[in-house]
Amino acid sequence: MTTETTEVAKDLSAAQRQELLRQMILIRTFEAAILREYHADKSPGFDIGKGLIPGEMHLSAGQEPVAAGLCAHLESGDALTATHRPHHLAIAKGMNLRALAGEIFGRESGLGHGRGGHMHLFDPATHFSCSGIVAEGFPAALGQAFAFQRAGTRNIAVAVAGEGAANAGPFHECLNLAALWKLPVIFVIEDNDWGISVHRSASTSVPSNAVRAAGYGMPGVRVENNDVEAVHAAVGEAVARARAGNGPSLIEIHTLRLWGHFEGDAQGYRPELAEVPDRDPIPAYEKQLRDAGILTDADLAEMTAWAGTQVDNAVEHAKAAPTPNPAEALKYVFVEGAQS
Amino acid sequence: MSISTSAAAAAQMSLPVEPDAGSRRLNTAKALQEAIGSQMEKDPSVFVMGEDVAAYGGIFSSTTGLLERFGPERIIDTPISETAFIGLGIGAAVEGMRPIVELMFVDFFGVCMDQIYNHMAKIHYESGGNVRVPMVLMTAVGGGYSDGAQHSQTLWGTFAHLPGMKVVVPSNPYDAKGLMTAAIQSDDPVVYMFHKGVMGLAWMAKNKRSIGAVPEEDYVVPIGKAKVVREGTDVSIVTLSLSVHHSLDVAEKLEEEGINVEVLDLRSLVPLDREAVIATAAKTGRVIVVDEDYQSFGLSGEIAATITEHDPALLKHFSRVCVPDVPIPYAHELEYAVLPTAARIEAAVRKAATA
Repeated sequence: MTTETTEVAKDLSAAQRQELLRQMILIRTFEAAILREYHADKSPGFDIGKGLIPGEMHLSAGQEPVAAGLCAHLESGDALTATHRPHHLAIAKGMNLRALAGEIFGRESGLGHGRGGHMHLFDPATHFSCSGIVAEGFPAALGQAFAFQRAGTRNIAVAVAGEGAANAGPFHECLNLAALWKLPVIFVIEDNDWGISVHRSASTSVPSNAVRAAGYGMPGVRVENNDVEAVHAAVGEAVARARAGNGPSLIEIHTLRLWGHFEGDAQGYRPELAEVPDRDPIPAYEKQLRDAGILTDADLAEMTAWAGTQVDNAVEHAKAAPTPNPAEALKYVFVEGAQS
Repeated sequence: MSISTSAAAAAQMSLPVEPDAGSRRLNTAKALQEAIGSQMEKDPSVFVMGEDVAAYGGIFSSTTGLLERFGPERIIDTPISETAFIGLGIGAAVEGMRPIVELMFVDFFGVCMDQIYNHMAKIHYESGGNVRVPMVLMTAVGGGYSDGAQHSQTLWGTFAHLPGMKVVVPSNPYDAKGLMTAAIQSDDPVVYMFHKGVMGLAWMAKNKRSIGAVPEEDYVVPIGKAKVVREGTDVSIVTLSLSVHHSLDVAEKLEEEGINVEVLDLRSLVPLDREAVIATAAKTGRVIVVDEDYQSFGLSGEIAATITEHDPALLKHFSRVCVPDVPIPYAHELEYAVLPTAARIEAAVRKAATA
């Protein structure tokens, strides 16, 4: 049931391919803006708790093909659970950028009114959530898939996590349970080679996590080369299977962590560091579309300007939004009544 | 994800609150089953999931008979994958269902605590109130039958310590039904901890208070409301769960000697009914906490702090009868040396009465 690669889809329309690129550019523009704002006021030196955006910051640059190729198949009623590195998936799932930026800046305008932060995004409108604990986002996706199945809807749930999560217990518990109950769920592993500083070759007993699917009686596919169209094709098959009531699938995507694990990570452990920028998937996809004759300079300029406007609007809105009231720090512990 | 105000919450407000008990008598397990069954009949979004909850009916009879009534689609046996199925409950609750998920023994929380305290308990807060997790995590607690260090703990202090979960601990059939009804209807996650020794199980030591009067109608015992289960003037025992039974036994015995003991059954730990604690402390000035959880850093210290923060001069005496900080031993003689037995409670009351 396991295949090591998938056929690259030949039947994507020019408009679909442009849309994949547009999503990737939007994500990169957003992450670049957060990168800029994050570092703007942390110098001299680097104080992680200081600035307009304090705390750990895990940016998703390089992993845009996963989000764009995956979310092209999802409806707003489908659920998606992500990780400590969630922005690309949140954006591609359709999260309101102002609400996302507001939460990253810790403002009252944020999704969680500043209670969550960038690793803890919960959006009822897009059924999006994430968890800062490795592999612990899988179980909720099962529950959402269970609820959809019981309600008789066509909706599905997608659980995304990094390759490090495939060595954690919840991954294995959840694959078994999802297959046992034929839940409409898709497991997506973003293999960016690195679990913080540990290379996958030092953490994982198999060359591809896709082979682990066989142990749970579900299809497993590995997508190579951070190829957005191959992601699109692989996810398309899994989505069709899940919506048809035929149960879960596992997809591992070999992607790229373009920047550090978190901001401030000098990545001294990464021998290929100098060549990493050459593997950036966005210029590569631009070239691919140009070579195919479906992307002009004008198209690209329009996409870039559009993304810049969207992101600037969101970031400026967040920076202008009020900070949460410290007197309300205990608000939202419970729905009913205060913590005693 | 559901953000709507639940119909169930509205329904709760219309249910009787602690009505007269009537004359029908049930054991605690049957009262608990009745609450679950009744709510399942009224609300199709309620389901039960856990290890051995279906054909077996729950290892401690929490779900006996429910499979026959509701079928395997709603009374669901799971693999031994606590992280997966507790997390599944969370995800289903986020989408608007009302799962009752059983963790067979509370001692097993070690394999799945991340889902409980980092997810179930925090999602509502982290989402700024936008996502609710209306889920009941039901679990068996307590020792006294030589099940050893990994199957005998209560651990309620651990759950109560971590913000975002309501924690209820019924001691008798009436409260078991009313608290379970309230827990199912709550829009917050509720950890429902039943002591094996209060269930009235045929295969465990009997306690006369594990059978009691239970109304046939639906009703709630409000979460966060303690109850004075025996009025007294000399010494207050603040306690919960099976220790309520032992405390009442001691109170009845010492009454004959003229020592007048008040017993406060906390019933909920989160929210804690601090007013009731302060009221009984103000009444007698002598407080003993009887707690089948570990002594240090837990409930007993919280009770002391609650009283002294209110008025440091309120207490003439404070002491505690808890499990000392030791794993629960296996051998009967050793286990009963560390449990809060009637003998230990009696000795503490005698000392307090003369303080």
